[in-house]
Amino acid sequence: MTTTTLTARRTPARTGTTGDPAARARRKRLLHWIAVHSLALAAALFFVLPFVFVFLTSVMNDDQAMSGELWPHEWNWSNYVTVFKTPGFLDWWKNSLLYAGLGTLFTVCSAIPVSYALARFRFRGRRTAMLLVISTMMLPPQVIVIPMYLVWAQQLHLSGSLWPLIIPMAFGDAYSIFLLRQFMLTIPQEYIESSKVDGCGEVRTLLKVIIPMAKPGIAAIALFQFFYCWNDYFGPQIYAAQNPAAWTLSYGLESFKSAHSVNWNLTMAATLLVMAPVIIVFFFAQKAFVEGVTLTGVKG
Amino acid sequence: MATTTIAPALRRKHRRARLRTLGFLSPWLIGFSVFFGYPLIATVYFSFMHYNQIQEPSFVGLRNWKYVLTQMPLFGPALWNTLWLVVVMVALRVVFGLGIGLLITKIKSGAGFFRTAFYLPYLAPPVAATVAFVFLLNPGTGPVNEILGAIGIDGPSWFNDPNWAKPSLVMLSLWGIGDLMVIFMAALLDVPKEQYEAAELDGAGAWGKFRYVTWPSITPIVLFAVVTGVVQTMQYYTQALVAGKLASGVTIGPGSVIQPGYPDHSTLTVPQLVYSIGFQNFNTGAACVLSLVLFVIAMAVTTLLMRKRAGLLPAED
Repeated sequence: MTTTTLTARRTPARTGTTGDPAARARRKRLLHWIAVHSLALAAALFFVLPFVFVFLTSVMNDDQAMSGELWPHEWNWSNYVTVFKTPGFLDWWKNSLLYAGLGTLFTVCSAIPVSYALARFRFRGRRTAMLLVISTMMLPPQVIVIPMYLVWAQQLHLSGSLWPLIIPMAFGDAYSIFLLRQFMLTIPQEYIESSKVDGCGEVRTLLKVIIPMAKPGIAAIALFQFFYCWNDYFGPQIYAAQNPAAWTLSYGLESFKSAHSVNWNLTMAATLLVMAPVIIVFFFAQKAFVEGVTLTGVKG
Repeated sequence: MATTTIAPALRRKHRRARLRTLGFLSPWLIGFSVFFGYPLIATVYFSFMHYNQIQEPSFVGLRNWKYVLTQMPLFGPALWNTLWLVVVMVALRVVFGLGIGLLITKIKSGAGFFRTAFYLPYLAPPVAATVAFVFLLNPGTGPVNEILGAIGIDGPSWFNDPNWAKPSLVMLSLWGIGDLMVIFMAALLDVPKEQYEAAELDGAGAWGKFRYVTWPSITPIVLFAVVTGVVQTMQYYTQALVAGKLASGVTIGPGSVIQPGYPDHSTLTVPQLVYSIGFQNFNTGAACVLSLVLFVIAMAVTTLLMRKRAGLLPAED
């Protein structure tokens, strides 16, 4: 009873104040809020629904996965077990971790001294060196792949493995050098000066002052490189295609569809298993990641 | 004259500084010459050779160049597709990324949820995202056409239709807009609030505020997004190749050779052609010519970038 009287009293009161500018502003703000949030919801559907459909299909049974139905009749979690039992799948995991792990380690170790020199040393050709770093960063990998492949395959006999992709990372990756150098520029010069006054050489300064202060930048390039290696398809295709024992997850995933021809459910389960590590790493390192993305575009 | 007057101690100090610089730069100096300088020169060398990776290379002058530029049947479609993607994909990504960035700065409730939801697809590995989209858009039983059918729309064949394959790839790239969203969001939050208030006092509406306050302050970031987008799309490879292969339904396995570009060469890009000619047809000379064509176009874009700076190089450099 009380509620009805309350609403009944409120409605005429509201219509009575529509002429009032404050109420009109409030109504405008409300409409604006509704417009913005319904747009956001629509956008969220576009971004999230693909994950949802992939997940729902990944737990369907074989028959249902061939139909156009969207909701699973039964939840077949065993599909994930089947994926893990697929010959090679665990090897691909191991290879992906090896490629991404070693690749990241090598990249970080080689990028630190180079970006420090490019950020802080004054020397002739500094600007040219920066221009060359940026040029290599912009270069499509397909431009130089043929002679590189010939060297690795014919002279060093390393094709059929991931080493032709990992070894070069010990010799500087342009993108990481560029990013870390931009970050090191933001470290105040005074810290470096005072460490010099304390009698530290360049190497000591780098180890004791620069690396601790550049941790967020180092974390960002490590993450980016890890994701780059994890996602790389072209590299493993060139060097590891002929040897399935050397495939990575990103490369092997594609063969899943043909091995299980019509069974979208297993392919979707494998797809989610390839996405999962990247997304888990992201949630643990969100801050470093977003910082890295903005660093490429905004700072500098 | 000048050098002889420098005291030996000072000269020693200079030499030490030079050696120190060289030492710090050495990983990159080696990497740059071995993994960039050498292969680039070798690519030029092979572009004048006939070489099938079995017999010794033999000099053929400009024959490879003439073949690629005037006779190779797939060069035209590949170049056209690459340019189509560069124009359409980059333009739509920048517009969409800016729109999503604007939207996220206006969200008051649940901003954290929306930011994560919008960003997550960017993290999906390209192969996984492509496999997912080939499933979502498959014309027979894909969820997208099921839903379209339920509301009475006869959905297209997406990755299986030459006219829809590239737009489907564009949709996939819009799904992964997270990187641009974050960059634009940061740029939009950097616009000074007082300028909006001043514009409001001058009676500017929503469009006026965007046109005269927001736009001028974010143009460097927009330019940056355009140029890096062009550079990335020039390399467009994985998604197009995987989508074409999976949609074609041909069995894939080690040793099987599949011509890229299904359906009807509509997804064939220049980088895929380099791979196909060099690693499937073993025509090293022609593949190197294609590489160099790609190199020249990429360099032209990079030079433009250097001139405009586009926020990449700090002003003091």
